[in-house]
Amino acid sequence: MTTHYLVLSVLLFTIGAVGVLIRRNAIVAFMCVELMLNACNLAFVTFARQHGNLDGQIIAFFVMVVAAAEVVVGLAIIVTIFRTRRSASIDDANLLKY
Amino acid sequence: MNDIAAPTIEYGQLAPMLLVFGAAVLGVLVEAFAPRYLRRSIHIPLTLAALVGSFALVLVQVFVSGVPTSPAAMGAVAVDGPTLFLWGVIAALAFVSVLLINDEDNFVAQAAAVPGSADEEDAEIAGFSQTEVYPLVLFAVGGMLLFTASNDLLIMFVALEVMSLPLYLLCGLARRRRLLSQEAAVKYFLLGAFSSAFFLFGMAMVYGFAGSVGLSDINAALPNVGGQEPLLVLGTALLGVGLLFKIGAAPFQAWKPDVYQGAPTPITALMASGTLVAAFGALLRVFWVALGNFDWDWRPVMWGVAILTMVAGAILAITQTDIKRMLAYSSIAHAGFLLTGVIATGAAEQNRDALSGILFYLLVYGITTVGAFAIVTMVRDAGGEAGHLSRWAGLGKRSPMLAGVFAFFLLAFAGIPLTSGFFGKYAVFSAAVAGGVLPLVLVGVVSSAIAAFFYVRVIVLMFFSDPAADGPTVVGPSVGTASVVAVAAAATVVLGVFPEPMLDLADKAASALFVR
Repeated sequence: MTTHYLVLSVLLFTIGAVGVLIRRNAIVAFMCVELMLNACNLAFVTFARQHGNLDGQIIAFFVMVVAAAEVVVGLAIIVTIFRTRRSASIDDANLLKY
Repeated sequence: MNDIAAPTIEYGQLAPMLLVFGAAVLGVLVEAFAPRYLRRSIHIPLTLAALVGSFALVLVQVFVSGVPTSPAAMGAVAVDGPTLFLWGVIAALAFVSVLLINDEDNFVAQAAAVPGSADEEDAEIAGFSQTEVYPLVLFAVGGMLLFTASNDLLIMFVALEVMSLPLYLLCGLARRRRLLSQEAAVKYFLLGAFSSAFFLFGMAMVYGFAGSVGLSDINAALPNVGGQEPLLVLGTALLGVGLLFKIGAAPFQAWKPDVYQGAPTPITALMASGTLVAAFGALLRVFWVALGNFDWDWRPVMWGVAILTMVAGAILAITQTDIKRMLAYSSIAHAGFLLTGVIATGAAEQNRDALSGILFYLLVYGITTVGAFAIVTMVRDAGGEAGHLSRWAGLGKRSPMLAGVFAFFLLAFAGIPLTSGFFGKYAVFSAAVAGGVLPLVLVGVVSSAIAAFFYVRVIVLMFFSDPAADGPTVVGPSVGTASVVAVAAAATVVLGVFPEPMLDLADKAASALFVR
């Protein structure tokens, strides 16, 4: 019964991971990271149901708080670089190499 | 209806960590309420006192109240021998890094002002400074302390984020070359968030396998759960990705040179020393405590990672032309040397030797690294630090003292006898040989030799080539920077000539291994 949810969670996680790797806009890449975190939440809640204990559901709350904190820091950084460069493209940020 | 039992928290055991977090919260209040001209003079004593106090509380636990033998906070945090040793190391490294952070103007006047704009100029003329740096550093250090001590994957994840989030911000706050600095922050943030998502999914898989995220529960579930191996294998791999990213092991090392180069150098010093120490503490805990009996499955992969890390670090370092990038690749190679110790598990006696070797190595590597980056802050061009290696040519003729100390640090990285680096490598490699991973040690020795080549190349460049006419200036160090260099040099000498007491201490810290 819970298998469907797990499959969905793996799918979401994969979509997020692929998105981070192929999207150029920092905001979109970051949204994909958030999608990965939400896929983790779904997996936690599913396993909590499967094991019949509440740990997974509690963990999901922690993950939400951490994700919110990450949004605060991440958007601050992305907005700063956007103001400097007038672009949020990751490909444009190419000063540091070799 | 059942009563919920209130959890017990051993405040005494957790005091070193709680003190740092408390001071960080106080620092935020200072930012909110103290007038701008007073903030710096409140932050500095507060930050330094918190770190000294934390170190003192660690000493109290070690020598007065004794090392605890069971996990604290309902099994969520394990304050054991290795934890206390690493806490001491992190507090000491953070203390010297803060002396460096405090020094002069490494940080931007106003982070919100666009580089090159009138706003930025106004902020600089007004003499603003971004004093939020101090509480952010304290939060990061608190996260490091919790990361090494976490006995539960959930706590470990939260600690990972508490450690990383302030560091992402701090990376973007360099005063000069702000484009590089902001770019480093974006890269570090996106890759760091990506890797922690992997850690989290790995944690979900392991939870699905074991029904709990406590490290000892996972260990207990290993033999009892049949038919769920795919979950465990996947979970182990993803947890490994998250942790290996933090130590900068290949193939997850790509962020390290970029971030080390772009971040303000004092922050680089903190990351290169403190974060590495904390991440190794966490890595050891996950792979030894939770997955110790699953080693037949993770060991071959870890072999590959260790070899790749050592070789990639050493070889790519040769091609670098920037001093901070070179030190970053050197840090990658050192992470590889440390990984040989992580793999060298076996009987309890063997584990003790490997653990004590790793603890000692982390201490000596951390302190030498902070010293090396302190020297990097002192060699300046008009536009900031003189990063390019060609600018360091002939430095030995113009400031022999500085170049001499830097050469000494490089020799310590290379592991030349009579420096602390030698005993660090010796301790880890001899434990690894005893643990039956001789081929890894051979790779380690060969890549040490390759690494020695580029360290010596820098030394030759400093002492045996002619200084450029418009060479960089060596700024007279402030008291803070000078004392950081002096402490690092002294520690490198003392631990290189007379390492016995510290090796004994590491042995003692490792004697009971990790509590479960």
